[in-house]
Amino acid sequence: MALTLAQKIFQSHLRDEPFPGTKVLDIDVVMCHEITTPIAINDLVARGKDRVFDPEKIKVVIDHVTPAKDTKTAQQGKILRDWAKRQNIRDFFDIGRNGVCHALFPEQGFIRPGFTVIMGDSHTCTHGAFGAFAAGVGTTDLEVGILKGVCAFREPRTIRINISGKVPEGVYAKDIILRVIKKLTVKGATDCVIEFHGDVVKGMSMEGRMTLCNMAIEAGGTSGICMPDEVTADYLWPFISADYKNKMAAIEDFRKWWSDKGCEYIKIIDIDVTGMEPQVTSGFKPDEARNVSEMEGTPVDQIYIGSCTNGRIEDLRVAAGYLKGRKISPAVRGIVSPATTKVFREADEEGIIKIFMDAGFCVTNPTCGACLGMSNGVLAPGEVCASTTNRNFSGRMGRGGMVHLMSPAVAAVTAIEGKIADPRKFSKEAAQ
Amino acid sequence: MKKFGGKVLFLDRSDINTDEIIPARYLTEISKEALKPHMLEDLNLEGFSPMDASVRDAGVIVTRANFGCGSSREHAPWVFEVNNINVVIAVSFARIFRQNMFNCGMLAIELPEKTIDSLFALSDRGAEIIVDFNNDKLTVMTGKGRETFEYHISGFDKALVEAGGWVEFADARY
Ligand code: SF4
Repeated sequence: MALTLAQKIFQSHLRDEPFPGTKVLDIDVVMCHEITTPIAINDLVARGKDRVFDPEKIKVVIDHVTPAKDTKTAQQGKILRDWAKRQNIRDFFDIGRNGVCHALFPEQGFIRPGFTVIMGDSHTCTHGAFGAFAAGVGTTDLEVGILKGVCAFREPRTIRINISGKVPEGVYAKDIILRVIKKLTVKGATDCVIEFHGDVVKGMSMEGRMTLCNMAIEAGGTSGICMPDEVTADYLWPFISADYKNKMAAIEDFRKWWSDKGCEYIKIIDIDVTGMEPQVTSGFKPDEARNVSEMEGTPVDQIYIGSCTNGRIEDLRVAAGYLKGRKISPAVRGIVSPATTKVFREADEEGIIKIFMDAGFCVTNPTCGACLGMSNGVLAPGEVCASTTNRNFSGRMGRGGMVHLMSPAVAAVTAIEGKIADPRKFSKEAAQ
Repeated sequence: MKKFGGKVLFLDRSDINTDEIIPARYLTEISKEALKPHMLEDLNLEGFSPMDASVRDAGVIVTRANFGCGSSREHAPWVFEVNNINVVIAVSFARIFRQNMFNCGMLAIELPEKTIDSLFALSDRGAEIIVDFNNDKLTVMTGKGRETFEYHISGFDKALVEAGGWVEFADARY
């Protein structure tokens, strides 16, 4: 029978089918951060079950509020820190080597094609970029994952998105995924996996593919998925070189996960990006994207470049390309949070941190507190933020605040203009 | 078996997200009880006030499509639980929220849009809903009478509720 990638992963990881249609899977990686894990740990302790199924398959980071901003967040960090020590969890990333979970864990080589991944975080779908089945779960699912190494899912149905055409100047993965979500709507992919295909996806870096898969959840999707190929193998090579004779062998092996010809899709959507404009959201739902030309001139108070969607080195390079030799408007404040310690270091070595600082940006440590209105960039009521994050819910970055989602390119030129601007009108010759 | 039901809180909007149910600024709490005063604090719905008696007294929520979209935070079901709401009835749910409800031994019931419409038609009459869990039925009672509807939840979801949640179910089985 012809199978989708997700179906193949379900078959290979099936532990139990307690009821028709409910599949309990063995989990390869259980990821944890300090916002949703401490309650699971406390509950396990209270139940007298303070154990983990396999300390090597559990990956832990403190990323949302770091350094801690008050006693409560310090306590959350402490619970995680003490637990990681007690359970001999080696892959624990504390401040100084931490980063936003969905940028950090791929960078560490923890995700492989065909893996099952869960985390108490909705944007876990990001890791599907490696050809994995990666799903966000709540604290109870996380707790069972930690204790037993299993998680239950309904049989996945798959939506296929073919992205073709010539990517215009000023258009990036973020613009494309905003357009996909607009097409699907915020509930169009509920209980589905979204596969991204087509020449545009093939030509994308892992960073771009992660940006695509990151926002699958904004259409309700369980996981975003790309077929693992030579780009995947290149990215993972430092971590897998001992397992394969050569890269070709790895690519060949990855292919076994690809969706078969003739497999069942519940929906196929073709998107031609030729001639498309950069996208910016206008309302309080991620499916409310518009062409930048309709949004140009909208005043903003803050620009935020960072997050698990767009805080990777490639994103900072793009923004710096526009910012080099320019200053941001005195009417706005700019914040950039490199997603991980490695991204920060690379940006520093490439002179990108200096470009941001010369332009007038505040550079923070790797963290994502601003994205959900917890720390490092919370908005005041009535304020507007131009943001490279993934959610524009009312009050998301601070009670009474408004968020416009956009790519790092649009965010950078918006900082320069002090209002939403079109990157296609800016030269990048200043860039290296 | 727990009793499911109570006075109905009607939330007449689709796509109510988890940030609206419990804002991220309270995610630094490490006890469920501490969430209690903040239920639906940021809900964007005309005429709604989280301080209303109808909110405080509710045991059931009836709402539209895609309820609980957004974040994976289980704080959303928990804030309902500590406020004695253990049933949410909607046209549809976001996957993670729905699973979190059942994982906590609570009910997320999907009904056809038409049925939801007819429930909303009763919204100004102080409706109450009692769930007959064993028979997959729910009864709506108002001053003017009562009406019973059938619903369907999966065998797995039902077993989770019977077990008291996913930790209990998984612990007994794996
Ligand atoms: S960057 Fe935002 S969406 Fe991503 S993990 Fe952090 S808070 Fe969540």
